[in-house]
Amino acid sequence: MVADIGDGFVVFDHVQKSYDGETLVVKDLNLSIAKGEFLTMLGPSGSGKTTCLMMLAGFETATAGDIRLDGRPINAVPPHKRGIGMVFQNYALFPHMTVAENLAFPLEVRGIGKSEREAKITRALDMVQMGAFGARRPAQLSGGQQQRIALARALVFDPKLVLMDEPLGALDKQLREHMQFEIKRLHDDLGITVVYVTHDQGEALTMSDRIAVFNDGRIQQLAPPAALYETPENLFVASFIGENNRLEGTIEEVGPRSLVRLQTGELIDATPVNVHRKGQRTIVSIRPERVEFKPDMMPANAHTLDARVLEVVYMGDILRTRLAVAGSDDFIMKCRNTIGQTRLEPGQTVRIGWHPADARALDPL
Amino acid sequence: MEGRPLKQALARAQSRAKRRALLLVVPLLLFIVVTFVAPIGQMLLRSVHNDAFARNMPNVGAWFAENDGAPDEAAYSALVADLRLARENRTAGEVGTRINYELGGTRSLFTSGARGADDLEPPFATSLVEDDAKWADPQLWQVMRTASHAYTASFYLAALDLTRDGDGNIVRVPEGRAVYLSLFAKTFALSALITAICLLLGYPVAHLLATLPLAKSNLLMILVLLPFWTSLLVRTTSWMVLLQEQGVINNTLVATGITDTRLPMIYNQTGTVIAMVHILLPFMILPLYSVMRPIRPHYVRAARSLGATSWTAFRRVYLPQTVPGIGAGALLVFILAVGYYITPALVGGASGQLISNLIAYHMQDSLNWSMAAALAAILLAAVLLLYWLYDRLIGIDNMKLG
Ligand SMILES: Nc1ncnc2c1ncn2[C@@H]1O[C@H](COP(=O)(O)OP(=O)(O)OP(=O)(O)O)[C@@H](O)[C@H]1O
Ligand SMILES: [Mg+2]
Repeated sequence: MVADIGDGFVVFDHVQKSYDGETLVVKDLNLSIAKGEFLTMLGPSGSGKTTCLMMLAGFETATAGDIRLDGRPINAVPPHKRGIGMVFQNYALFPHMTVAENLAFPLEVRGIGKSEREAKITRALDMVQMGAFGARRPAQLSGGQQQRIALARALVFDPKLVLMDEPLGALDKQLREHMQFEIKRLHDDLGITVVYVTHDQGEALTMSDRIAVFNDGRIQQLAPPAALYETPENLFVASFIGENNRLEGTIEEVGPRSLVRLQTGELIDATPVNVHRKGQRTIVSIRPERVEFKPDMMPANAHTLDARVLEVVYMGDILRTRLAVAGSDDFIMKCRNTIGQTRLEPGQTVRIGWHPADARALDPL
Repeated sequence: MEGRPLKQALARAQSRAKRRALLLVVPLLLFIVVTFVAPIGQMLLRSVHNDAFARNMPNVGAWFAENDGAPDEAAYSALVADLRLARENRTAGEVGTRINYELGGTRSLFTSGARGADDLEPPFATSLVEDDAKWADPQLWQVMRTASHAYTASFYLAALDLTRDGDGNIVRVPEGRAVYLSLFAKTFALSALITAICLLLGYPVAHLLATLPLAKSNLLMILVLLPFWTSLLVRTTSWMVLLQEQGVINNTLVATGITDTRLPMIYNQTGTVIAMVHILLPFMILPLYSVMRPIRPHYVRAARSLGATSWTAFRRVYLPQTVPGIGAGALLVFILAVGYYITPALVGGASGQLISNLIAYHMQDSLNWSMAAALAAILLAAVLLLYWLYDRLIGIDNMKLG
């Protein structure tokens, strides 16, 4: 998996981290981030995302391995000399300073003169559309406004790299979506490199150039959003990103399109991902929206399964149908709510199938 | 609905609840009035009111009321009449004590004067002065004139090292007898020093308390609070054991050869400062801790990531956020130190005495309660002034005690 991490703007090279000397919180992290890239670290709580960010920012030291920024190892560089902008989850705006003073802080400690300072502050505030708020205290701002100021403060000194640790975690859904757009726009306009941490997969999918899925201190998969969603490489990624159906079975026939015999005896089509030999146990993962029940939508000679409709939930844009399939009671099928759509009723039986490319036979772990 | 009836209905509905609430606080209110407001009022009154002379010497009082200027024969005869009265009522001592407060060595003048008053023949202006020449002292007459009013500012004057001369002008007391002003100055200076040392020592401890993991910080907190659970006397006497000339510290210093001579560390100002810093330290640490606890490490981290060195991050981001705690702790320690009594009394020796020790002296030994009250009132005024200054500079609503 680790190919060329030699060059890249930010490089984690076999980085390990332990807080207590007993367990590794980050186990062998290898990651190369290109200049101008928007990379998201996505993973469940406690998977080590913040730890990685803190090591990059200089607040935690790597137990082993090298972190390089622009080609230079930075393990020994103190945080204030790294020139990395950072946005914290709870903003960490200085409560005793006004917004303008908050923004002036990074410029003052860099010894930038007053007139240049004011020009930069104005520019940064305009950038986040907060030009009129310079004289306010952080406590007098709403959550979303504080968020913008935190962003402006992290950008005002023109850092090449900006780290964001769940910056939108405290905002409501609508504001979050708006800010996602704003951050993305700033990233595109300024050409900065962003390392973004979140455990919201929707956020990760909409914003990122690439996503690193973390679990248990390791990167499970590093890929652009579409690839991550459509071609998950292991069961963790398949179940962490989006919804998926799982069917257990054994490999009957290997090849570019293989056959899997389910525990109940039926045969289904699948694409082998990390299973190689006949007789191996596997879990087949299928996205609910790729399941079909109309024969004309399925590829010719596709294997089909008997399914009984248990429940249909009307969700507006889709009809979420729960099916009993091959001994499992929670097989989900999502049908688009179009004019010609066949409405299924509970108790009805249908035959379901899918394109073999959409069913991925994964290692059961 | 009409506005009035609604308002009345609301008032009626709430009046019962209000009465009940008032009833609940009545005991505390009474307690505060009886134990706090009344004594302080009494003390303030006593500092300006002393009728020991006015009550017992009515005739001279009447003469003072009608005449001003040097005493004539009428004045002397009124004085003798009063002295005879005093002998009869056995109040000569009380009167003498009152005059003695302001003019040393006059108590015996009144007691012996009263004893001989019956034998005196007119003209009293000569016979009384023949008996004791001090009766002609214009300053004595000046003091008697002031003392003939029950209300007087002379205790405040005395507390500020001022007095009235024979003509009634306010002047400084002679150099050798001025004690109070310099003692006030010393009290405030030492209290400021103690506050500064407490802040210097307490700040890092409070920071440690606020940032350590809970289990460890609880242990440290117990260590900080431990002095509170020990008797004040025990703590002070243990300092005596440690600091005295043959004490543990001096023994160690000499044994290790750091010094040859034993350092005088107790029964002087050094002793007072050391012991009081130890006793008052928790009062600095606790408010600081309560302010520091909620300051999250993110602020300092943010400052560091923005390019500040750790010193700049501390100075510009952490320190300003702890100002309410510094203010509260410093004010608390300073006010406690200004009025501290037991520790300086025990370990202060001659040079380590503070104004409160002198107040105690006037309460217990010289029995000049008016003087003690005047000194205490000045101390109270100074503390209130400080409080007001603090409010103006930092804002009292900014203070956080816990
Ligand atoms: N300062 C610390 N001391 C000891 N252990 C820590 C410390 N910080 C984090 N950990 C542990 O390291 C692991 C990874 O923590 P980290 O904060 O990196 O997770 P995360 O992926 O950011 O999670 P979240 O999404 O909840 O923020 C967790 O098990 C956590 O308990
Ligand atoms: Mg985190």
